Amino acid sequence: MKLREMDYMDSTHFWGRIWMVGMGLMLLMFPVATCVYFNAWPQATPLLQGLLAIVPMYWTVGAIEVVTYVPMLGAGGSYLGFITGNLTNLKVPCTITALNKVEAKPGTPEGEVVATIAVAVSSIVTTLVIFIGVLLIVPLTPILDSPALKPAFDQILPALFGGLGIALIGRNLKVSIAPIVSMIILFVSVPSLAPKGAIFVPVAAVIAIAAARIMYKKGWLK
Amino acid sequence: MNHEFSVNSPFLYAVTAIILILVMAQATFFLVRAWRQARKLGIDTSKLKSVVKSSAIFTIVPAFSILIGVIALSKKLGIPLPWLRLSVVGAITYETPAAAAAASALGTSIGDTSTLLTASQFTTIAWVMTLGIMASVILPPIIGRGLLNGVGTLEKRDKRWGEILMSALFMGMISAFLGMIFGKVNMGLEGWIPVFVMLASMVIMLLCAVLMKKFKLKWIEDYALPISMIGAMALSIPITNAVNAAIG
Repeated sequence: MKLREMDYMDSTHFWGRIWMVGMGLMLLMFPVATCVYFNAWPQATPLLQGLLAIVPMYWTVGAIEVVTYVPMLGAGGSYLGFITGNLTNLKVPCTITALNKVEAKPGTPEGEVVATIAVAVSSIVTTLVIFIGVLLIVPLTPILDSPALKPAFDQILPALFGGLGIALIGRNLKVSIAPIVSMIILFVSVPSLAPKGAIFVPVAAVIAIAAARIMYKKGWLK
Repeated sequence: MNHEFSVNSPFLYAVTAIILILVMAQATFFLVRAWRQARKLGIDTSKLKSVVKSSAIFTIVPAFSILIGVIALSKKLGIPLPWLRLSVVGAITYETPAAAAAASALGTSIGDTSTLLTASQFTTIAWVMTLGIMASVILPPIIGRGLLNGVGTLEKRDKRWGEILMSALFMGMISAFLGMIFGKVNMGLEGWIPVFVMLASMVIMLLCAVLMKKFKLKWIEDYALPISMIGAMALSIPITNAVNAAIG
């Protein structure tokens, strides 16, 4: 099909794939260019050791994130969000907030464009904040690094998910009970799992979907 | 010719800048397309502007936390590599352990700022950090469309169930992160700090909702989440101090 004949979704997938492949290659350019320019090549054993330490876990989490977040972010939001990163702590909550604000549902034409706009704006603002921060790194470091502010930045995720959580629980009270209770029980019983909590997003999603399905079949969810 | 290596070499800044300019171009490209499509769908410009405003406001505080990650890693790795890795694909939760794993395999550590990295050590760390996150770049173009079509088919079959399914997916994500907050409660009072901060954020959010409804302060809607987040982060300082004082 020619590009002109494509509808919005088809062309979003077309351009999204081109951008992702292109940006993937650009990302690889950093280590490649560094090796060539400085004529300095990675040391084989530490490279393999480092990769073995993180790749099994990161690639699993990466696959889980794709399966979980793509339906939430839509096509445009995903092709952009997975390049700009910081999904859990930024892009996904930002998208949820934007969708709720205009009462758009993911998967609808309106939800698709709203999610893309939210992810795009969030990506641009993040890049600008970090850019300005890097320019001002000398005066900013003692402030952001100060022990007095450390507790605040240590608690950014509870501060984010508390507010976002209560807003979403309010809208989906019945659907939220089973996954929240089971996740709290899981992480209190096996605290060592908490740092790898992202892996449990699909587990919680399956629990939420199963509980919602039962309630829907019983007519408890109108 | 061999160039003299430094973790803050102008060359590394230049490569980082090129990639970041492309990222901004990609974001702008998708923003413009989505905006035009939204107008075609008949969505009000004021509605779209409110999405832009709330997304921008929402982003600022988490962006500062990413900046802290850049600062933390820059002490050993210089500025360009952490700047790039935390601006593109990466996240603090991924990049710090990746850099730490690579540094440890090299017999050094991210916290050891007394010794400088050699060019070869630096490229080893850069490769580990880059290859570690490539799944997020490779998978969406391969399975993204199929996934979205699958969800779309499901929603066509039963619209209401489709809506509930998406809500359940959102709640699954939120539940996992709310659950994680309870992961340290077995440590004693200190482990409850994240729970207290989460509760503070919830209370502030509820207060915003009350103010919005009772006094018809519509503008609070845009700021409710940043207010609850910043408020809870600010309260985390006295909460942490009080807990530390209580446990001696």
